[in-house]
Amino acid sequence: MIGTLFLLSSGLFLGWSLGANDAANIFGTAVGTRMIRFKTAAIISSIFVIIGAIVSGAGASHTLGSLGEVTAISGAFTVALGAALTVLWMTRVKLPVSTSQAVVGAIIGWNFFSNSPVNWDALRTILGAWIFSPILTAIFAFIFFHIIKLIIDNSSIHLVRLDSLTRWGLIIVGAFGAYSLGANNIGNVMGIFINSSPFHDISIGNFIKLSSVHQLFFLGGLAISVGIFTYSKRVMLTVGKSIFRLSPLTAFVAVLSSSIVLFLFASQSLKTFLVSHGLPSFPLVPVSSSQSIVGAIIGISIAKNPKNTNFKMLGKISLGWITTPVGAAMITYILLFFVQNVFGRAVL
Amino acid sequence: MKGLFTNKVKVLETNIDAFLDDVCKAGLILVEGVKAYIRKNPERFEQCYNKVCKLETKADTLRRDIKQKLYYNMLIPESRGDVLGLLETIDTVVDICEKVLEQLSIEQPDIPEELAQDFIELSELSGKAVDSVVQGSRAFFTNIKMVNDFVNKVHFYEHEADQVEKNLKRKAFTTDKIQKFSRRVHIRYFAEKVALVSDVAESVAERLAVYAIKRRM
Repeated sequence: MIGTLFLLSSGLFLGWSLGANDAANIFGTAVGTRMIRFKTAAIISSIFVIIGAIVSGAGASHTLGSLGEVTAISGAFTVALGAALTVLWMTRVKLPVSTSQAVVGAIIGWNFFSNSPVNWDALRTILGAWIFSPILTAIFAFIFFHIIKLIIDNSSIHLVRLDSLTRWGLIIVGAFGAYSLGANNIGNVMGIFINSSPFHDISIGNFIKLSSVHQLFFLGGLAISVGIFTYSKRVMLTVGKSIFRLSPLTAFVAVLSSSIVLFLFASQSLKTFLVSHGLPSFPLVPVSSSQSIVGAIIGISIAKNPKNTNFKMLGKISLGWITTPVGAAMITYILLFFVQNVFGRAVL
Repeated sequence: MKGLFTNKVKVLETNIDAFLDDVCKAGLILVEGVKAYIRKNPERFEQCYNKVCKLETKADTLRRDIKQKLYYNMLIPESRGDVLGLLETIDTVVDICEKVLEQLSIEQPDIPEELAQDFIELSELSGKAVDSVVQGSRAFFTNIKMVNDFVNKVHFYEHEADQVEKNLKRKAFTTDKIQKFSRRVHIRYFAEKVALVSDVAESVAERLAVYAIKRRM
């Protein structure tokens, strides 16, 4: 049991880091502006992250799996460790970083190390989703901003009532955002361990069956929750008060737009529905919630005043698309070499 | 989760409305009180004075209650400072309305017939400025687009009140109906006091304009 947990620890660390950082994208402004208490935000996001991970986490994880099948658990541990160290290092040197991009880079590092062919189709799909997701969020945010402004301008809602409605709105979109985050990003945390999962399927009575993947995702969801409870408060207060100064209403627009985009890139049932109705569907790919939120802020900024929009943020995002995967691939390659040749563990 | 319950929201909305009603009434009573004093109707004047005293006490209680509810229930955290700032400055309008009638009641200035109409006009313009600033404040809470219209009205009435005040003071110091210099100064003092109501309304309106910009999405 301890050995299993140790081998999963790099993934669990990724989960913790995701919870610590990305929950702030959902509830940062709400907590920072004291619209919602941290405790309320933490409980809601923890519950819905776990539900999202278990219910809708498989789709995006599958795409990640198709990029490289890591079958040895020591290999999966090393790949996740490579991604985690990349996130840690890039955060320390204050470079924009996304767990999704670090994990993809780490898998490519494993592909190079194991001489496995890189699935270029899957990589193209993933890269396309990374570029498209902030743009799509910006479009959604632009539209939602104008719709909400129109509603508020044409209705005589009292400031106090509007405040109350905004709180409810922030809680509801926050729950949806946490669900989407769990669904879209659990693949980053536990996807790499799917092919080497140490768990077995469990049946409780004749009704409840928990597959090994569900158990992995539950564990990953718990790691995210621990990250939310232990470290996200200070990130939320920073996000809410300094980096992105959003009002509660614009935060509602930003979180709603970003959550929809994360959901579109995670929901298998939505994809099936769209395909069955002959509509264009979205690839199920883990995308960056931070970059999605930045996309939303740009969309809101364009809607408010295009002249004041800071497009430098876009440059920072695109830099992350290259530096993070390349850095993660290199770190993972070196780590795999050490784990295989110095510690004598089978990583392939 | 406090503050999410609609009854708390409803109570606060009602209190804010009641507070603004009181400010509006204070402006109307000021006009009535000044008219009663000028037309030498002491009974009516005392009634107005007593009413404005009660209103001032009631408005203070409401303002404190609103403040307490806003902080205790952690309501409107983003605009709380602005709302409290607005309510506190607009409360000054009620205080000044009360002070004007109180000083008229105590000092009993002797206002000559030829200045009577100017005093009434000045109090009416101040009353209109108060009315417009109250409407602007209501718009701040419910219809932000309308705030500027009322702010402009307040500026207009304050400017008009300034002209009447200047004219009144000039007349006070040039008329041969007043013999003593101290009486001229006394009349100037009261002209400034009545005009002060519109000045304070204007400073509230200026704050209101800034708050409205901050509140826009």
